[in-house]
Amino acid sequence: MSLILEGVSKSVNGQPHIHATDLELLGGTMNVLLGPTSSGKTSLMRLMAGLDAPNTGKVIWDGKDVTGMRVQDRGVAMVYQQFINYPSMTVYENIASPMRLLRKSKDQIDSAVKKAAELMKLAPELLARKPLELSGGQQQRCALARALVKEAGLVLLDEPLANLDYKLREELRAEIPKIFEEAGSIFVYATTEPEEALLLGGNTATMWEGRITQFGKTPIVYRQPVNATTARVFSDPPMNFLKVRMTGGRLHFGDGQSVPASDAFTGLTEGNYLAGFRPNHLEMAKKGPSALEFATKLQVTEITGSETFIHLDHQGDSWVGLIHGVKILEIGAMMDVFLDPKHVYIFAEDGTSVAPASYATAA
Amino acid sequence: MAKITLENLAHSYLPKPTREEDYALKSMDHDWVDGEAYALLGSSGCGKSTLLNIISGLLHPSQGRILFNDKDVTMAPTTQRNIAQVFQFPVVYDTMTVRDNLAFPLRNRGSDPAYIQERVQQIAAMIGMEATLDRKARGLTADAKQKISLGRGMVREDVNALLFDEPLTVIDPHMKWELRTQLKSLHHEFGHTMIYVTHDQTEALTFADKVVVMFDGRVVQMGTPQQLFETPEHTFVGYFIGSPGMNVLEAKVSGDKAVIAGTEISLGQGFGTPTGKVELGVRPEFVTLQSGDEGLPVTIKRVEDVGRHKIVRADFQGIEINIIAAEGENISPDMNRVVFDTAGINIYSDSWRVAPKAA
Amino acid sequence: MNKTVNQKAWFLILPVLLLVAFSAVIPLMTVVNYSVQDTFGRNEFFWAGLEWFEQMLASERMWNALGRQIAFTAIILAIQIPLGVFVALNMPKKGFWASFCLVLMSLPLLIPWNVVGTIWQIFGRVDIGLLGYTLNAMGIDYNYTQDFYAAWITVVMMDVWHWTSLVALLAYAGLQSIPDAYYQAAKIDQAGRWKVFRFIELPKIMGVLMIAILLRFMDSFMIYTEPFVVTGGGPGNSTTFLSIDLVKMALGQFDLGPAAAFSIMYYLVILLVSYVFYTVMTNLDKRDGH
Repeated sequence: MSLILEGVSKSVNGQPHIHATDLELLGGTMNVLLGPTSSGKTSLMRLMAGLDAPNTGKVIWDGKDVTGMRVQDRGVAMVYQQFINYPSMTVYENIASPMRLLRKSKDQIDSAVKKAAELMKLAPELLARKPLELSGGQQQRCALARALVKEAGLVLLDEPLANLDYKLREELRAEIPKIFEEAGSIFVYATTEPEEALLLGGNTATMWEGRITQFGKTPIVYRQPVNATTARVFSDPPMNFLKVRMTGGRLHFGDGQSVPASDAFTGLTEGNYLAGFRPNHLEMAKKGPSALEFATKLQVTEITGSETFIHLDHQGDSWVGLIHGVKILEIGAMMDVFLDPKHVYIFAEDGTSVAPASYATAA
Repeated sequence: MAKITLENLAHSYLPKPTREEDYALKSMDHDWVDGEAYALLGSSGCGKSTLLNIISGLLHPSQGRILFNDKDVTMAPTTQRNIAQVFQFPVVYDTMTVRDNLAFPLRNRGSDPAYIQERVQQIAAMIGMEATLDRKARGLTADAKQKISLGRGMVREDVNALLFDEPLTVIDPHMKWELRTQLKSLHHEFGHTMIYVTHDQTEALTFADKVVVMFDGRVVQMGTPQQLFETPEHTFVGYFIGSPGMNVLEAKVSGDKAVIAGTEISLGQGFGTPTGKVELGVRPEFVTLQSGDEGLPVTIKRVEDVGRHKIVRADFQGIEINIIAAEGENISPDMNRVVFDTAGINIYSDSWRVAPKAA
Repeated sequence: MNKTVNQKAWFLILPVLLLVAFSAVIPLMTVVNYSVQDTFGRNEFFWAGLEWFEQMLASERMWNALGRQIAFTAIILAIQIPLGVFVALNMPKKGFWASFCLVLMSLPLLIPWNVVGTIWQIFGRVDIGLLGYTLNAMGIDYNYTQDFYAAWITVVMMDVWHWTSLVALLAYAGLQSIPDAYYQAAKIDQAGRWKVFRFIELPKIMGVLMIAILLRFMDSFMIYTEPFVVTGGGPGNSTTFLSIDLVKMALGQFDLGPAAAFSIMYYLVILLVSYVFYTVMTNLDKRDGH
């Protein structure tokens, strides 16, 4: 089972929504589309589903060109951010509805509905109720169960948990990959949250302004972004950036600090670069002799109970640090922060990654 | 700015409530300090919106009083309470410019035009919208509109309290950071009394000086983020705060020892002999995975890489125990035991925390 | 490039095309045909070019009818739109009385045009009509069959009675879609009733209001049955609107050529105004960012 997009693009009223995109998805995989609102996630899903026809390119399903084929004729299931169920049918009827259309026998339907309901933790007594009598989480479980019984080759989930309470989201997020792993279909899951992508695992395609900026195994995309855009999209809190300069065999980080061009920085040509590092790699104490030191001004602190977010101003750049433990700090004070060079990503001025952080490639 | 007092406050949507279950908000007494930022945290239907509506004057409580600076406002309408509110979805006056939107509350109160001009400019600078002041609000993005709502709330200097009703729902994660930071620094700068309703623990914890955790119409704990994290007063708080939430295991406790499914562990301090349903709670952050034969025997089910750390899901006799491990830590399959950091252990009797007894 | 468009769709709309052709295009072409030819009976036709159009444009009678028509439409729009909005603003938002009002408001809309005409024709009669009799008994000289003003007032009141509900219902639907948060924000901002209307309600119902204006414009511009039943276009020609005049010309005098030319110009005016409305409406939508 496979879905291949070949140079697929889509414009609406002359505005490009999706630039020419190539993508290959395999059966039994979870594929996350990660990107901010209106980065093209939903547009791309609609092209995959056949709800929209691309302006150029081909959609190939199991080796067969299905470009322009009606969505009804393809095996596609979709779950939306809004809880969409048939309000006049019971939960049981809702889950059974796609199988009724496929003219399955009564026994087949019954066992499939019960199994899907059980997987989605919908208690048997809920099956007789109408969707609107359920809580938001249960309504979405019903919609997910309906997508599951359809046994569609392609299941598209468009921010399915966005309208749910935080804790409920956390629980369903842990369950969804387990449930869908067994089903063997191709799953595509759109989300705006980097943490959700990491928890779902599988593959991730980061999206930005109608383009897929990188596609690969989720941890690889996270740890080895091929460009600054991907790094920015796949970092919450956002990645911090700093202008650096390579000259005389040393990489200069400003304030007279430099490190030799060894390890990950080997082979960098002279010139200007952009250094990026994640908030959790910023330290408040010097942990090694090679650690870089930066003088910053503390703008705001946020305490989550176990961790402290520090918002810093470094010579006009806004940085965020995520520090372990609870720190009570004085706002507006100067503060020295430290960074191990092994956590630094180097991007060329056009944003292309030229040296991924050495800790990431070592792992 | 004002101190807010809730006195024997309760509310029921039924005309004649008799039983406790009839109350959407159960009787509570609280003093909320002037100039602090509070977050009301809980899942939907826990009563947090009811409480907010009582404070804003949209709803009159069926019992008790609410005071602003010791003045009874229980029956006063919204207009007389002198509050500002930012809603879940941006509320802006579409046909007005951004400038007129910001000036609106001041103009309605007949402020001096020169003052309005100056104040609007000041607020626009704070929310970073100076460049768009003369644009129509219609057609701006959701986060720009929400910034306008926020600015309109801040424009009056004399408000008693600023209320926020899940204001970041429609905002992208990246923008959430920016808006939250802005809110936080505005609070730091002006010291408004702020009340922020949310179901998102990160938003609540990072925003507030004090977080009010609500469950089933009741305030189960009010405290600093650190208190909620380290000493959850109720197992619900332990579960609701933190992700994943606290591990809760049934245990037999006597003194400074606990027995969990036949394995004895040391608690580090004495708890006497609590009665009722006794449970031990320990956050994933205080659990360490190791090999050997010390600690509780577990089998590893899954390891989730969340980037900055790993979440290990382990099975202990059919109960899931979550462990948080550092980003670089190696999880090997022969790790079959977990040990708890005694500093992170809390004991619960019938879901409420038992304070440790001095030895 | 690959064929990405599903051509089958064209077959699906074929029946509609045929239907439209028979019901609209062919009759219209007949009218166009009449408008450029002359006949002396016996089904013989001669090419007349634009003669009928020139004649109609020079006809004082047509200009007078058009003037009356514009005045009528302007008056009823000026009354019905504000009145409809006012009614909608004061209708209960929910509960039993909301449904009650809705039913009450829809009643006039359910009555056939000619019946509405008959109702008012009787209602206003001096001898047996409740309105006419009462007014005269009070010493007010009211007789729509003889007096110019009385005739206009009657016709306008009848239209207002018949159609204000439509405007009110549309505006009501628009108002219902405004989230409560807006009203609460307005309270917090201490906005008065007028400002709430001006800055919240009016912008939010602008879209449906445009539709209401368009519908009421088209409908009132083509009005025929009701005034015809009540006044028959009189007294004199004082309530002879375009449609009534057209029918008099085409069927009363059997001047098919001028009548056809007249119809075409009439049709073009309505099309033009509707187009202008449509453009204004879509621009409003665009500014909304949809």
